[in-house]
Amino acid sequence: MKTKLIAFISCIGAFAVGALLLGQQQTDISSTISKKGGLPAIAVPDFRGAGEAQALMNGFNATVWDELQNSGRLKMVAKTFYPLDVPQQPADFKPPTVAPPLKRGDPQRTVRNGPWLTDWAGPPVSSNYLAFGYTAVQDGRLVLAGWLFNVAQPDVTSAQVLGRRYFGSLDADGAKKVAREFAADILQQFGGISLSGTKIYFVSDRTGTKEIWSMDYDGSNQKAFTNYKSTTSMPAVSADGKMLAFSTYLKRPGENLALPQVVVHSTETGRRIQFYNPVAPTNATPEFTPDGKHILFASSLGEIPMQIFMADTNGGNLQRISHVNAIEVSPKVNPKSGNEIVFISSAAGTEQLWRMNINGVDRERLTPGDGYVANPAWSPDGTKVAFCWTRGFAPGNYNIFIMDVVSKELVQLTHGAGRNENPTWAPDGVHLVFCSRRSGTDQIYTMLTDGSNVQRLTTTGNNTQPVWAKAIN
Amino acid sequence: MRMSARTLSTAVFGVALLMFSTACGPKKIKDPAPPPVQPTGNTGRIGEPTAPTTPGARITTFTAEPRTIERGQSATLRWAIANATDMTIDQNLGAVTATGSRQVFPSQTTTYTLTAVGPTGQDARSVTVEVATGPPPPPPDGNRGARLNGTEVLTREAQDVYFDYDKAEFRDDARQALAHNAEVLKRIFAADPRFNVVIEGHCDERGSAEYNLGLGDRRASAAKEYLVQLGVPADRLTTISYGKERPQCTDADEACYQKNRRAHLGPGR
Repeated sequence: MKTKLIAFISCIGAFAVGALLLGQQQTDISSTISKKGGLPAIAVPDFRGAGEAQALMNGFNATVWDELQNSGRLKMVAKTFYPLDVPQQPADFKPPTVAPPLKRGDPQRTVRNGPWLTDWAGPPVSSNYLAFGYTAVQDGRLVLAGWLFNVAQPDVTSAQVLGRRYFGSLDADGAKKVAREFAADILQQFGGISLSGTKIYFVSDRTGTKEIWSMDYDGSNQKAFTNYKSTTSMPAVSADGKMLAFSTYLKRPGENLALPQVVVHSTETGRRIQFYNPVAPTNATPEFTPDGKHILFASSLGEIPMQIFMADTNGGNLQRISHVNAIEVSPKVNPKSGNEIVFISSAAGTEQLWRMNINGVDRERLTPGDGYVANPAWSPDGTKVAFCWTRGFAPGNYNIFIMDVVSKELVQLTHGAGRNENPTWAPDGVHLVFCSRRSGTDQIYTMLTDGSNVQRLTTTGNNTQPVWAKAIN
Repeated sequence: MRMSARTLSTAVFGVALLMFSTACGPKKIKDPAPPPVQPTGNTGRIGEPTAPTTPGARITTFTAEPRTIERGQSATLRWAIANATDMTIDQNLGAVTATGSRQVFPSQTTTYTLTAVGPTGQDARSVTVEVATGPPPPPPDGNRGARLNGTEVLTREAQDVYFDYDKAEFRDDARQALAHNAEVLKRIFAADPRFNVVIEGHCDERGSAEYNLGLGDRRASAAKEYLVQLGVPADRLTTISYGKERPQCTDADEACYQKNRRAHLGPGR
């Protein structure tokens, strides 16, 4: 009896240690990839508003903080370390003065006269930068005065990196707008490409049928883009953000059966742009070439397994690119070179990530062959491909990986937290948007390309297949 | 088994004799129509200069095959040009070589003009590819009874064809279901000459939506191919892939996955 109990306890003990080790391993991986040691540190004390503007400041402060934190370009210094004496404008800074010692033989005293740069540069804040300012109401509008200071500088004049006024409507939207513009100006100082104005297109079933929806990059402003009342999915956006292609079940003229067809719309007018599909049972997974002049897609024209085809944006000059007896879908063109495609093929058994030239030659398998691979997406600089893969998990349990296409080096970004699919890159090259079932339903999330800073953007219905579109100039 | 040197040489001789006789045979029986007058020298292939002794570009042929197409179909333009340095086809087809062909996918009736410019003269010819508008709708169905009957028989008797994960190949049970379905279809088609059938390809939810559309497409077309081999008329069958968009059941277990990995026969319209 006793021995049994001991065996039982030791068994639990071993299990606990195992679980601990597993947990440990997970933290190790994430801590090595999310090391922020090299990033500049920034302090962002809460801004205050004069009069009516104060009511909007909670939203304002949260937006500035989130934008800077989610950029992946700055280390945010926690607010608990900040001094109580917070400047609101450059004139508030008062350099300390030197006074004679109180007692003979003592060193000279430094007398504090108000907020100073060293309050932020020294411990415990130890920041490199300080963003500060205030808001007020002027002519019925919200005005933000915002500054960015390099607090390592010896005086106020040389410390100023940025100082600007921003205007918005006197409501929550206006507060959010000026907050984003201020944050974008700060991020520009650190090489950040602003995501302001970029859009995420995705598939949502919240109205009962799958339609294409759009939202701002932070999940706000969600609205339906299509109303086909069919099954509409697999969106792709042109490099300039002006054209959207997707696949939907449509009836051809004179036919009664709605088959999967590639459809193109203008994102500016919302109108459909005519694209003549080949007469095939299935046409799907469209993709634009970087010059916006051609569309690649997968088609079973001629009752073959789906193969990669290319056509003009009206469907003319159709060319077959791949010629194998296996299903090939999801062609994605290198956005930099424009002459290289990654795609999914089952030519070597299960579906794997492959590459080839845009003329169909120099085929090469990029993933080693285990598991199932789906949804490749190029980084904006054309050096890496994000995709999802069931490696190490049962079929269907996808995780997101990034591969350097030259060195074939892999980084795994998600680790079994639900089903993670459809990664695509933000125009800034440091964010990914993807779809995950970690909450029980399919929802859209963003994260940094090291897997950190996961933010959920959608909540209603099931939301999948996001693509990130550049802001239209 | 190895072929001896002797049999080999005999075979080679035989083939040569055959080629010789076929090449020479027709000429002796009947002279073909004379070819169109060709300028001497070369025919202006890419990179070769046009013979200076025969100026004047000339288009010998410029055709479209077929002349009339449906929207979405293609026509092939073919041409032959002599003595030209500059050869272009409008409608954005651009510069072309002296002889060639090009597949075109006009969305409406389009006239293609081939212009050839030589050292001292030029020539132009046009062909028009007619794009037919969709066919007229079918006449009102005067035989609804028979049609309904076909649907009923199909729904009652046709069996779903099941597949293994990530496969479009048939297991034994799938072959049996297909053989059974072939007989059902033949019976329905004989009774109602206007009845058509749609073969739907479906997948379980584990693969990606994109790949599953291709897999469902494969399952449906493999089922169609098999039925046609068993004597079902191909023109009465169409295929469609629903990928994983229309599951039979939504539980996350193998019993449910198997129900969803199927080819299903439904009435066409």
